[in-house]
Amino acid sequence: MALLDIQNLVVEFQTASGPFRAVDGVSLHVDEREVLAIVGESGSGKSVSMLAVMGLLPWTATVTADEMSFNGRDLLKMSPAERRKIVGKDMSMIFQEPMASLNPCFTVGFQIEEVLRFHMGMDKAQRRERAIELLTQVGIAEPAERLNSFPHQMSGGQCQRVMIAIAIACNPKLLIADEPTTALDVTIQKQILDLLVSLQVKYGMGLIMITHNMGVVAETADRVIVQYKGRKMEEADVLSLFESPKSNYTRALLSALPDNAVGDRLPTVSDMLFEPAAGVA
Amino acid sequence: MSIKVVEGKNIKRDYHIGGGLFRGARTVHAVKGVSFSVDKGKTLAIVGESGCGKSTLARIITLIDPATSGELFIDGNKVDIARNSLTKEMRRKVQIVFQNPYGSLNPRQKIGDVLGEPLLINTDKPAEERRDLAMKMLKKVGLGTEHYNRYPHMFSGGQRQRIAIARALMLNPSLLVLDEPVSALDLSVQAQVLNLLADLQDEFQLTYVFISHDLSVVRYIADDVMVMYFGEAVEYGSREEVFADPKHSYTRTLFAATPRADVASIKARLAKKKAA
Repeated sequence: MALLDIQNLVVEFQTASGPFRAVDGVSLHVDEREVLAIVGESGSGKSVSMLAVMGLLPWTATVTADEMSFNGRDLLKMSPAERRKIVGKDMSMIFQEPMASLNPCFTVGFQIEEVLRFHMGMDKAQRRERAIELLTQVGIAEPAERLNSFPHQMSGGQCQRVMIAIAIACNPKLLIADEPTTALDVTIQKQILDLLVSLQVKYGMGLIMITHNMGVVAETADRVIVQYKGRKMEEADVLSLFESPKSNYTRALLSALPDNAVGDRLPTVSDMLFEPAAGVA
Repeated sequence: MSIKVVEGKNIKRDYHIGGGLFRGARTVHAVKGVSFSVDKGKTLAIVGESGCGKSTLARIITLIDPATSGELFIDGNKVDIARNSLTKEMRRKVQIVFQNPYGSLNPRQKIGDVLGEPLLINTDKPAEERRDLAMKMLKKVGLGTEHYNRYPHMFSGGQRQRIAIARALMLNPSLLVLDEPVSALDLSVQAQVLNLLADLQDEFQLTYVFISHDLSVVRYIADDVMVMYFGEAVEYGSREEVFADPKHSYTRTLFAATPRADVASIKARLAKKKAA
């Protein structure tokens, strides 16, 4: 059975000029121990669909779906209080900008222990011990001292590691990583990706990787969903996506990679009409 | 014969961090003796991780900050902004495009004014002429004249980066410093901006100093590559040399860290995963 199962998800925002449909009928599922990558440019609705799953969208958004279940439980029929027990514990998310998503007013240690206090009900000594263990796991040197640091005293890569530590604190079944490496440079990116994949293998988590970087997809994913303007263009396992892309949007995206450049200019993804691959929509 | 547009000899830059009540003063050596030269119409790419001094070097080349020591030549003339004040003539020769198109445009300034301002400050062209030049430049970077009266928030990231490039080109510079111009952009938009840069280089014989940490972009756009590591140029050579035979261990680390998107490496990864 799928860990997360979404059928026909639609997210609409109320705007001054009427409703705006950000996600238009996306279906996806993730199994245990599987890495799913969602690829698309900005505005393709990839982050919004995952925020809808987490229940973190503002009140202006209307979320409808034929089905949205996590681990066999229906997320749509759940009360907010029940849902908060799952979010952050069994299903957690790493947000895009590490510097902006940590609270600048509290120490890193406080923010990690906060999760443990709410979800695991640990006492103070246990929390401290687990926080040190987590920081060691994500590869931060001198974890006991670092717990007392504030986010501004750490680098972007370190903040991202802290975000990962918070997300895996309760051993979640599903981890959603929203552009986890976009703000980082290549050497740090490699370290973070290796860390995420090793944690995923070690704990058998399901991992959803949201990204626009095809290189990151190639290095981590088992299965890939390509999204464009709120619609799913293609779904395939990673090898067949790169070998023989079905949708013309995927082909355009792949040929825009500088690695694949032939000749003087790069082919671009213009506003042509893109068709979803057969059997997807 | 090729003309050297910009040349640096043994450029150093130190930052002094003043001591406070509880800590002594420190000196940070941000750039430790870097030499380079770029010929007209060519692109030099500077690669390195954050904090390696590549943006400091960019600020020195753009004549924003003076170098602590070393010599900088632009179009064959020695420039030392620490000693002599900068003439408008010099100011026109070098322009910069910043990394973040969301932060480098004034949100309260219309696009037309953004483009007209370099002319207003550095030349004595009348308002009408400034307006015409701005309109022309908008078309050149792939925007329309109807964008003249709009504000930056009405544009997407890629369009804003086009505006930033247009602003840099208003004074017909001979050297354009690009500080990570595409790292904040999506893959598809990135391709458009890189194409625009290539078109402009062909048209105006521009010289680029291109700062990036994305090796796939560097491989595509650069003629020469310099790899910086902790303020030093650890590798400097033509693109083919550096990519075919990296000498320094840091360069090799950098290559190893770059994600590969070809079918062969995906197959290798999947096979490894199956075996584990």
